[in-house]
Amino acid sequence: MNPLLVVLFLPLATAVFNRLFGARLGKGAAAGLACASVLVAFAFAADSVLGLAALPAASRQVLVHVYDLLDLASFRVGFDLLLDPLSGMMILVVTGIGFLIHLYAVGYMHEEDAGEYARFFAYVNFFVFSMLTLVLAANFLVIFTGWELVGVSSYLLIGFYRGKTSAADAGKKAFIVNRVGDFGFLMAIFLIWNAFGSLDFSAVLPHAAALSPGMATAVGLLLFMGAAGKSAQGPLHVWLPDAMEGPTPVSALIHAATMVTAGVFLVARCHAIFELSPLALGVVAWTGALTAFLAATVAMVQVDIKRVWAYSTVSQLGYMVLGVGVGAYTAGLFHLLTHAFFKALLFLAAGSVMHALHGELDMRRMGGLWRKMPLTCATMIVGAACLAGVPLTSGFFSKDEILLMALRGPHADFGLWLLGYLGAACTAFYSGRLIFSVFFGKPRDHHAYEHAHESPWVMGLPLVLLAVGSLAVGLLGLPGFLTHWQPFTDWLAPVFADLKAVPEASASRALVLGLMALYTGTVAVLGWIAWRLYTGEAAAHPADGEATSALHRLLWNKYFFDEAYGFVFVRALLGYSRWLWRWVDQGLVDGTVNGVAAAAQAAGDFLRGRVHNGRTRQYAAYLAAGACLLLGLALIYHR
Amino acid sequence: MLSLIIFSPLAFALALAFGPWGGHKSARRAALVLSLAQAAFTAWVLWGGDFSAAGFQLQERLAWLPALGAGYHVGLDGISRWLVALNALLLPIAVLSSWNAVERYPRAHYALMFALQSMVYGVFLSLDMLQFYIFWEASLLPMYFLIGVWGGERRLYATVKFVLYTLAGSLLMLLALVWMAFLARTQTGHLSFDFLDWSSLAIPAGQQMWLFAAFFLAFAIKVPLFPFHTWLPDAHVEAPTAGSILLAGVLLKLGTYALMRFNLGLFPEAAHAFQKPVLIICLIGAVYGALMVLVQRDFKKMVAYSSVSHMGLCVLGLFSFTLAGEQGALLTMLNHGISTGALFLIVGMFYERTHTRDLSVYGGAVLKMPVLGLLFLPVALSSMGVPGTNGFVNEFLCLRGAFEAFPWAGAVAALTVILGAAYMLRLTQKVMYGPLGGAKMEALTDITTRERASLGVLVALIFALGIFPEGILSNTQPSVQAVLARLTPGASTPAAPAPAAGGEARP
Amino acid sequence: MFGVGFFLALAFALFAVGAFGVLTRRDPLVMFMCIEMMFNSGNLALVALSRYLGLASGHALVFFVVAVAAAEVAVGLGIIIAIFRTEKDVNVDHLSELKG
Repeated sequence: MNPLLVVLFLPLATAVFNRLFGARLGKGAAAGLACASVLVAFAFAADSVLGLAALPAASRQVLVHVYDLLDLASFRVGFDLLLDPLSGMMILVVTGIGFLIHLYAVGYMHEEDAGEYARFFAYVNFFVFSMLTLVLAANFLVIFTGWELVGVSSYLLIGFYRGKTSAADAGKKAFIVNRVGDFGFLMAIFLIWNAFGSLDFSAVLPHAAALSPGMATAVGLLLFMGAAGKSAQGPLHVWLPDAMEGPTPVSALIHAATMVTAGVFLVARCHAIFELSPLALGVVAWTGALTAFLAATVAMVQVDIKRVWAYSTVSQLGYMVLGVGVGAYTAGLFHLLTHAFFKALLFLAAGSVMHALHGELDMRRMGGLWRKMPLTCATMIVGAACLAGVPLTSGFFSKDEILLMALRGPHADFGLWLLGYLGAACTAFYSGRLIFSVFFGKPRDHHAYEHAHESPWVMGLPLVLLAVGSLAVGLLGLPGFLTHWQPFTDWLAPVFADLKAVPEASASRALVLGLMALYTGTVAVLGWIAWRLYTGEAAAHPADGEATSALHRLLWNKYFFDEAYGFVFVRALLGYSRWLWRWVDQGLVDGTVNGVAAAAQAAGDFLRGRVHNGRTRQYAAYLAAGACLLLGLALIYHR
Repeated sequence: MLSLIIFSPLAFALALAFGPWGGHKSARRAALVLSLAQAAFTAWVLWGGDFSAAGFQLQERLAWLPALGAGYHVGLDGISRWLVALNALLLPIAVLSSWNAVERYPRAHYALMFALQSMVYGVFLSLDMLQFYIFWEASLLPMYFLIGVWGGERRLYATVKFVLYTLAGSLLMLLALVWMAFLARTQTGHLSFDFLDWSSLAIPAGQQMWLFAAFFLAFAIKVPLFPFHTWLPDAHVEAPTAGSILLAGVLLKLGTYALMRFNLGLFPEAAHAFQKPVLIICLIGAVYGALMVLVQRDFKKMVAYSSVSHMGLCVLGLFSFTLAGEQGALLTMLNHGISTGALFLIVGMFYERTHTRDLSVYGGAVLKMPVLGLLFLPVALSSMGVPGTNGFVNEFLCLRGAFEAFPWAGAVAALTVILGAAYMLRLTQKVMYGPLGGAKMEALTDITTRERASLGVLVALIFALGIFPEGILSNTQPSVQAVLARLTPGASTPAAPAPAAGGEARP
Repeated sequence: MFGVGFFLALAFALFAVGAFGVLTRRDPLVMFMCIEMMFNSGNLALVALSRYLGLASGHALVFFVVAVAAAEVAVGLGIIIAIFRTEKDVNVDHLSELKG
């Protein structure tokens, strides 16, 4: 049996088992089973990827046919899996980081009862299965299947606390907003089906050049609509911050490290189509850049630490999308990889803080926690340094690469770079603000401070491993002028072999170094400002609802996206439907039906009153008149 | 064999009505045993057919009214096979759903359910059109009594509306049937109501239009297509649970089945002429139905309007005249029967416990009913069309078919993907999630073994058909391709009732 | 003198009188007698024509009519009596319950 099948179906099997019988197993066994399945899946994934690496670079593609899904005479599509360098990288991320997060969840969720505990691990395992389906897909139907299933598992996990209305609302919102994107994805799939008569990547992507320019643009934009929904790009980003209603490991796994990067993965997978359409690529790049900048500005004023990381995730996803949008697929994917490490780390560390403070998430009530939780503090600083782009961290290299490509890449534009740069500045500020508010300065809520404690080792270990990973993963993609050892670029090279030569050389070493100096300086200055503002006794946090300026109000309310959608889509649509129901369905359509019935009844009533009135003699008269009439007719016509 | 399938439930109905099962406990036990036996027998017969080619199998003929050219003629092909199976499957489920709900006249209740099953078999298997018409009309009567006797408060209004509306529609069809019989006489020399004779007639295009319209009206009311749908929510809301399951599960399929078999099979030119108007009606119906679901406050009405939306999609696939669309439509008939049957089953479970369908009372049910919560989810996902469940496959194929025919139609219809998620998640949340809704919710008890069994079977099918759709699609394909072959321009002067196209399709 | 025309004229006159009675009287008993008169005018016409044409079928038909009329009287009187018992009134103009 192919090891890929184990990678894919083992988490599914444990998910089903845990959901059905996990409550009876007890907590330890349920969690052990879940963690073990992901660890085994990781081992098999690593084995598959090593097997792949042993192949010559040009033939690094393994296709596994599981069974036939649909067979419509001239068209067939199977449940096919494709292992190539791109999906190989993704399955390692999903199972590897997934395992660490599972491990963390063992400690984080321990207060739940056995039933809820098993349900949680069943859902998370199911998510791992769905995400693996998505990345391993070898055709558009399977990728769509995975695409929807990650949506389902995300829905289930966001709404994990089933008794809470806000959790159910957030899950529903996430699913529906994603469905809006899926609508585009589905249309793109149908267009591809029309154009190629097949949905297999192998039949579509290498021959993408056969698409007319208009068609390529349409397919590209529709695909990106799906990608924007899943990767929370504006204007479809509104679900992600609300998704923080789920347990923190979920935020780390699904809403930071893996699922939300599916959009970036999709664009990279279908780059052959996007490359045909400058318009589609432009839309991708500008959406990414605007999202990166605007979400970063929102993150600067939020006080809920998970919400800050949520907007930060939206912003960082914007960078990845910007990266693939300017044709720097490798750079975008590298940022995906580094972000998966450091953002998972940041969320888990935030969860650790939350755990220590019994659910407190408001940074205005924290402060000085480094004394109480040195490990969490240290790892979170590492993560924040990566996020902010402190020199020599992984985030520094990956973001640097994207911005360089925005300025000098094949589809570069100065505006894109500027938005990206401003976003990076905001990122440095809000990262510093969060770290300094939470861990430094003086405790602002002494009661909470007194009860704070370091998390147990099952939660600490993943933090340490992720912190080490966050720093080390940067080595895989050092800038080109430093070294010729480029494992990440080389690994992905076969996937992007169809692109024109990588235009790395078009940037001079002086420019690269100058930009690096600029970023370093910016990070240093803004970090210093944040330190000054947020370590003092009072700190510079305004209270809830207290807006210091119109700009602050705009950012505090996240540019009023939710309000606008609530008005246009929810209230207007429901109002329209209600109108339609009352006046058209009940009024016009059913009214016509009942009207016909009422008319028949009225006619009957009329006849009953006038003709069929119960007077026997009158009936006799009708009878006689009728007889005379017949007799008369017979006399006239009998000849 | 097929005659046994049709008439054994009728015999069972008589046995139940006059047999020695007076109390509701013995009646329900007898009904369950008989329905399971019937299902087993039907499954055994269906298993035996060879569906690798188009054409009717296991045909049986008897001269009945030779002077009128009407006979008794039954036959089974890949299209009717699964609908017959669905009909066999849903009866035991419906019997289980009325286990505790029906205490008044239990024998009559179960007898009527069997009679209904018999009539529905008759419709799916008839190849003689007069016989078809008789079964078609006769299927109304058991449902009339099921709603009228065991229904809710406004049951008389609902049941009279349902029966009169459907009857009114089928009168024109009767006229069209007689017309066709005379047309057969002018062309072949003798009156005939036989479907196989009719399929070899050359019907002038002008007449096709009228005949098509007459058939279409009858079937569209049954489906029901917008704007003929308003009887459905009323009937569903008033019907007892078993009635709702059978109504949504099989009775609606009579309409779509007949559209596929007769409107497309007999009048290909008219079908092409009417394609766009019908597609537009379906699009309106699918989107409009979904919008209606969004604003309902009644649990059952939500499910009923979602049927309007789904059946709109089904007919959309049917009138795309593409293989994907036809297969999708056929699968929709089946899958809608399963998932909506399950939804009505769930509504019934709640109603038995709370005695209300008002959604504002509901909330947080999953906290009290974890097992139902587990089984509810796949049903909701299937209704939304999430991959891995059966609902996805048919929705995907129907949309694909529509898109292949007219991209705008596929695009508009795909809006239901978003709206479907919106209304199903709203329903799920209203009922299952959030804090407990109040005293009625506090008193909820989780589902019993009997309820688990009936819902569990449907959920298992939801997954099985969602994961391995080819199990069904591969043996409906030849028959569906035969229908399509008649629809393709150029082949409209039919040669044989079962074109050979089906046989060649599979290498 | 008593040719077939005479009998037909008599039958017509009887029928007209009967029909006039049914239309104008309100007492169901009298209406009944008028109806009997119409029956018998028909019988008379049948017998006369039967003899005139030399066919036996007319005679046979008369027996039918007589038998049916007898049955009708039995049922009809029964109904009238039953109505009188419950309603204490047999004016046909007042009896219109069955119109629905």
